[in-house]
Amino acid sequence: MSAVLRVQNASLQFDERVIWQDLNFDVEPGEFIALIGANGSGKSMLLKSILGQQRLTSGKIEFLGAGSSRGSTQIGYIPQHRSLDAQLPLRVFDAVRLGLDGHKPGLPLPSSKTKQLVSDALEQVEAQGLRDKPLGELSGGEMQRVRVAQALISKPKLILADEPLSALDLNHQQIVSELIASQAKKQGAAVIFVTHDLNPIADYVDKVIYLAKGRYSIGTPDEVMQTEVLSDLYGTDIDVVRNQGRIVVLGAHDHAHHDDEEWT
Amino acid sequence: MDFSDVFDFSDYDRLIPLVSNSLWAGVLLALIGGLVGVFVMNRELSFAVHGISELSFAGASIFLLLGFDVVFGSVIGSLTAALIIAILGDRSRDRNSIVAVLMPFGLGIGILALALYPGRAANKFGLLTGQIVAVDDPKLASLAVISAIVLVVLVVIWRPLLFATLDAEVAAARGVNTRALGVIFVMLLGLAVAAAVQVVGALLVLALLVTPAAAALRLSKSQLWVPVLSVSFAFVSMIGGILLALGGGLPISPYVTTISFLIYLIARTISFTKSKLEVSK
Repeated sequence: MSAVLRVQNASLQFDERVIWQDLNFDVEPGEFIALIGANGSGKSMLLKSILGQQRLTSGKIEFLGAGSSRGSTQIGYIPQHRSLDAQLPLRVFDAVRLGLDGHKPGLPLPSSKTKQLVSDALEQVEAQGLRDKPLGELSGGEMQRVRVAQALISKPKLILADEPLSALDLNHQQIVSELIASQAKKQGAAVIFVTHDLNPIADYVDKVIYLAKGRYSIGTPDEVMQTEVLSDLYGTDIDVVRNQGRIVVLGAHDHAHHDDEEWT
Repeated sequence: MDFSDVFDFSDYDRLIPLVSNSLWAGVLLALIGGLVGVFVMNRELSFAVHGISELSFAGASIFLLLGFDVVFGSVIGSLTAALIIAILGDRSRDRNSIVAVLMPFGLGIGILALALYPGRAANKFGLLTGQIVAVDDPKLASLAVISAIVLVVLVVIWRPLLFATLDAEVAAARGVNTRALGVIFVMLLGLAVAAAVQVVGALLVLALLVTPAAAALRLSKSQLWVPVLSVSFAFVSMIGGILLALGGGLPISPYVTTISFLIYLIARTISFTKSKLEVSK
């Protein structure tokens, strides 16, 4: 089967500042890829480039064999958790439904078929009880479960998850990761999962793409998460420590984490 | 002034046919105002509505002075303002300052044109504060055309616009052209404002394009009920306002705005009581 996503010699720079360069990788159907890097390493920029919202300086990105368009109905997108205005007139049912047919013109008339699909999608993430709640009233964990249902209901070929775990506690990080991985597997969808911590998703990851200092390393978690590999990538001494199944990267993040990366 | 100047319904049955055009105009405006208003609220464009209406007023006044069609002038003014806001005011902070700059400029130009206009003052200020008997057949026809355009386009873009409005990031990822929809919507808003200015006047357009939707959003978060309630509230305000205005010698706008405001107050009270009840449950 041909690759879902093909990134070829992709480079991005703003003036003199190289975000990343000569990025080359393919995403095969059903593959689960962790996109890791410190803040400012250009993870979100890469996601934006895949979505066609950020133009590459050079190289190209092909999605399902075609050059990038602005977004796609074959993509399911899970955004970072943000608390929404409680007054926002968007209920869980409607939000999930928009993930299915929100791109189509016309009025969102009620239909028993879409109703069933939305119910099924909510059931998959154990969120049937949230059906009529406004999005603004959900807790972080509830919200991200709904986001998973919203992204998967259209049975996309590729799921882009942009730090879906940030602002979640450890327990919910595990629940949401497991949901994304299992649902994607069930549908055969590939996943690109942006995170700065590999641990919550370590069990599901096929490949890691580690971005640092304009360069990158790609491979299985065991290949990439090595003291030598990351030291070479950062150009400084890094310790990768394994302890009770957890991988900790020491020395890479000298500065404190921020919840999101903003370039624009 | 006697109370009977405000309410006097003695010749009511003979007056109604005289304002049938206004009533039809009211129905059209309530429909498009109520629907467009829902997106105005959700896209936080209330202030932009005011800015567009002042430029619409300027356009109408200039065309009146030059002897051209007032509705057409109103549309030109509206669309110019809408275009400026759509192109320059992508972010809400930029948008607010652009609107604040446009508003007094439009009002100033409009008042200048009216001051130079040799006709009767009562007619002139109708553009600012609304007029009930001014809807002649050609005007009703142009209102119908404007309303039809707004309605058709709105129905076609409704769902993606909703997606782009309420969940912009995900909508963009799903291939919805959020920017283009934003521009199209502001243009529709421009047309709706131009239509509303003809009947309720530039200063009071908000009572039709914002208040009913704001009241509806207090009562529901349903994708069906919010637009339905919003249109109903706009309808009650418009038609109620026209019918009450008939009974008195006052302009239509105080009646429309008062009804519209009362509905909003009631909606707020209901939603406040409901949330209190939920907390105590």
